[in-house]
Amino acid sequence: MGLELYLDLLSQPCRAVYIFAKKNRIPFELRTVELLKGQHRSDAFAQVNPLRKVPALKDGEFTLAESVAILLYLSRKYKAPDHWYPEDLQARARVDEYLAWQHTALRSSCTRAMWQKMMFPVFLGERVPPETLASTLAELDSCLQLLEDKFLKDQDFLTGPHISVADLVAITELMHPVSAGCQIFKSRPKLAAWYKRVEAAVGEDLFQEAHAVVMKAKDLPPADTAMKEMLKPLVQVLLR
Amino acid sequence: MGLELYLDLISQPSRAVYVFAKKNGIPFELRNVELLKGQHLTKEFFLVNSLQRVPTLKDGDFLLSESVAILIYLSFKYKTADHWYPSDLQARVRIHEYLGWHADRIRGTFGVSLWTQVLAPLIGAQVPEEKVKRNRTNIDKALQHLEDKFLGHKAFLTSQQVVAVGCPLFEGRPRLSAWRERVEAFLGTDLCQEAHGPIFHIVEQAANKTLPDPSPEFYPNMLLRIFRIP
Repeated sequence: MGLELYLDLLSQPCRAVYIFAKKNRIPFELRTVELLKGQHRSDAFAQVNPLRKVPALKDGEFTLAESVAILLYLSRKYKAPDHWYPEDLQARARVDEYLAWQHTALRSSCTRAMWQKMMFPVFLGERVPPETLASTLAELDSCLQLLEDKFLKDQDFLTGPHISVADLVAITELMHPVSAGCQIFKSRPKLAAWYKRVEAAVGEDLFQEAHAVVMKAKDLPPADTAMKEMLKPLVQVLLR
Repeated sequence: MGLELYLDLISQPSRAVYVFAKKNGIPFELRNVELLKGQHLTKEFFLVNSLQRVPTLKDGDFLLSESVAILIYLSFKYKTADHWYPSDLQARVRIHEYLGWHADRIRGTFGVSLWTQVLAPLIGAQVPEEKVKRNRTNIDKALQHLEDKFLGHKAFLTSQQVVAVGCPLFEGRPRLSAWRERVEAFLGTDLCQEAHGPIFHIVEQAANKTLPDPSPEFYPNMLLRIFRIP
């Protein structure tokens, strides 16, 4: 059994891993784990990742969780071109810096924006207080400002002149609120231009393919009682 | 000017960077940035790190934030012993796996106790009991996972550096306790005490009611942080 990637393309980090693997022609078996159906909670999946989260990787006996760890593993093992995760000390540090920052900053606001704007009303049939949504969108806005000012600046890509895993992780995050109808690029021409560059570097087909699931999320049939029950703990976290 | 590290030892990621640099004999100038005095919000510090956060590294013209990025940078540049950030790919990515989980479950969770027990009361802000309870539960769950899933990996000290104020973290957790002792023995008691000095001092001052009030300009920031406690 070769490399297996356990993914749900509804999830941002899963998309980043998927795009990276496909773009670099890394041969793998895709194992879809549907989060909304609770498939990540199965005992079988716990064998792959005891923390029951996606993305997860299985390479022979070796299992691995956490998207950043997986991206690093894939880039080194399959000798992806250096620009993805550079060996140069300072260039690499810039990538590490972005990956660390985004985990506790952009990730959270993108997830909550998407859920509060779309998944709650459409999928869960739950009302989100307008103040909560407004506050989340404001937070997203500040993160986007930081993304532009602190990371992108006047560069072509987030960490320099070439695309890296940082750009993949960032763009897949931003597509989350986009899928919910948030027009994040409308008033941000610099970010919009960067988005176009990333999409072109990845390849439009692959980019669309990776985002097909999330872009259709707004058309999901409403969750049944069992699903709602299962998602209850998440609901509380996502309503901040 | 050589390597400069902008730190505040009451911040957990600052402690990790400090201990790592000291343990590995990396020469640096310590630049203290007192968070409780709002020194990270000054114009001067903005020029060092526009994200206005510590830890920050300055190596000549090269500026770097985020403790993980800094730790990796230091380990490469100063060629620290392999075990800190192993060259073996599988061992190395295990560390990143831990760090990803740590960012979700430890950061933002353990530090909350300093806010609920010390800083919020200091400025007369109320934290709903429900949130305090939730935080304790999250701490417990995180410790359980740490023990069950991660113990055994000598990852960067990021996890050892956690201090949850008022929470007897290692009570009833002999494995974690033993691990913590191993880490402390490896680092040396002096260095550990030095790194934790400021935060224990704050806790002590709070207990004696001698903790100075933060500057009023810093209140809105503090209130926002308190509000964000899940």
